[in-house]
Amino acid sequence: MKLAGFLLLLAGWGIVIAACILLVPATARGLFVLAGLGVELLGLALVFRSHIVLRGERG
Amino acid sequence: MTPLPTTALSGDAVVLCSFFVLLVPLAAGGIALINTGLGRSRSAAHSMLSSLCVVAIAAIVYFLCGSAWQGFAGRPAHVFLFGGREWSWLAAEPFFLRGLRVEDSAATLVVLLQMFSVGLAALIPLGSGADRWRLGARCASTALLAGWTYPLFAHWVWGGGWLAQLGSNYGVGRGFIDAGGSGTIQSLGGLSALAIAWILGPRRGKYGRNGMPAAIPGHNSVLVLFGSMLALVGWSGLNISGAILFAGSEPARAPSIAINTLLAASAAGMAVVLLTRFRFGKPDASLAANGWVGGLAASSAGCALVTPASALLIGLMAGVLVVFAIELLEWRLTVDDPGGSIAAHAVGGLWGLLAVGIFARFPGQRPYSAYAPESGMSGQWLAQLVGIATLLGLMLPLIYLLNWLLNRVYPLRVAAEGESQGMDLHELGADAYPEFATHTDDYGQH
Repeated sequence: MKLAGFLLLLAGWGIVIAACILLVPATARGLFVLAGLGVELLGLALVFRSHIVLRGERG
Repeated sequence: MTPLPTTALSGDAVVLCSFFVLLVPLAAGGIALINTGLGRSRSAAHSMLSSLCVVAIAAIVYFLCGSAWQGFAGRPAHVFLFGGREWSWLAAEPFFLRGLRVEDSAATLVVLLQMFSVGLAALIPLGSGADRWRLGARCASTALLAGWTYPLFAHWVWGGGWLAQLGSNYGVGRGFIDAGGSGTIQSLGGLSALAIAWILGPRRGKYGRNGMPAAIPGHNSVLVLFGSMLALVGWSGLNISGAILFAGSEPARAPSIAINTLLAASAAGMAVVLLTRFRFGKPDASLAANGWVGGLAASSAGCALVTPASALLIGLMAGVLVVFAIELLEWRLTVDDPGGSIAAHAVGGLWGLLAVGIFARFPGQRPYSAYAPESGMSGQWLAQLVGIATLLGLMLPLIYLLNWLLNRVYPLRVAAEGESQGMDLHELGADAYPEFATHTDDYGQH
């Protein structure tokens, strides 16, 4: 889960960069940047979650 | 925003800026006191010695290689072509500051500010790793930050790198703006604190089997609150010198930047005092200090670009965010951060970056007319979001990976008996307060 979270963080950043490079219209660019940030937040939530689970497993 | 070449500073500006740069170590001193006061008494000497070592290691490593990779705006850099545009991703300066000409006092000033700044960023994770992070591992982790992660991001923002070029390359606002270091210093340090807290795990006895956190109060509120006051002086110097050197502000704007800094910290501190008063019945001193620092962290990015009223709002919001972030981290996400570093520096800093996109107003300052006369305010929030996304999506995984690898070869966490005994006795052989040397493992027994 932790690895998936970090990969999602990187994927989100990739979306943000791609939006800046590939899109010109401000609205589309803004929406894709927000989407990239959303993916990053999902990744962050997974990494946080993985640390909670690991702590619980250790008891 | 592409920073000005450092040679553009007048002689008077250099003298004035030197004074403000020399205030910056007071911010480091303040953070060191806050981290120490919020930790246990049996780790107090260890905490202060760690702070000293971290500042020293950061300066040395930055001199050895960090400065070569951060570089200066307008100087040689490693670039790659993508979509017909140049992306500057790493400076190409010689190591050991051999490219620095001593007669170029402005460039020397930038290096001095960066040496203090990297030390300040490296101090931030000490708060989240308090009471369980070994001294040697703190120094090794600092070397990674000062030698690699900090210079890399600082080049992108302050060295004319690709984040600064977003405006000129892709028309995204005026490029990423971070005058005083909300992102480069505070968020980077705060995210390092998060990575360290994840890798170290919570202190023994912090969480019971039911997952409920035990309260482990800091040992000296006086240190914490005095550290907060000291940090204000250092932060004023940091924001003013950063605005002059990296955002092209006129030195005459120094008083207004100091006013913005004070207002942001004051609003954040008072927001926390009132919030905790109404929620818990009494104001909480340690949370108020965290809120104060959160306000300072948030003030940095737009210190020269917002009105005093906006600075007040930025600080107010930072204070509220810090309180809820600390609760979320401790209660829901089980992240043990004794110094509140993640909430104050990472959350406060990220909010400060976003606030530039919302509140910044651009007068006819030199860098904007000289470098990006055609770009307007419309995309500034987007440029700030790209910077935030880079911190979260690229720098956090990189910081975590480097510290995780370090932990594999050189464990970061002290042995269990060392944690029970206290870091002072275990690693230094003497207590900070020998007259009170009667430690009971009050919290570890639960």
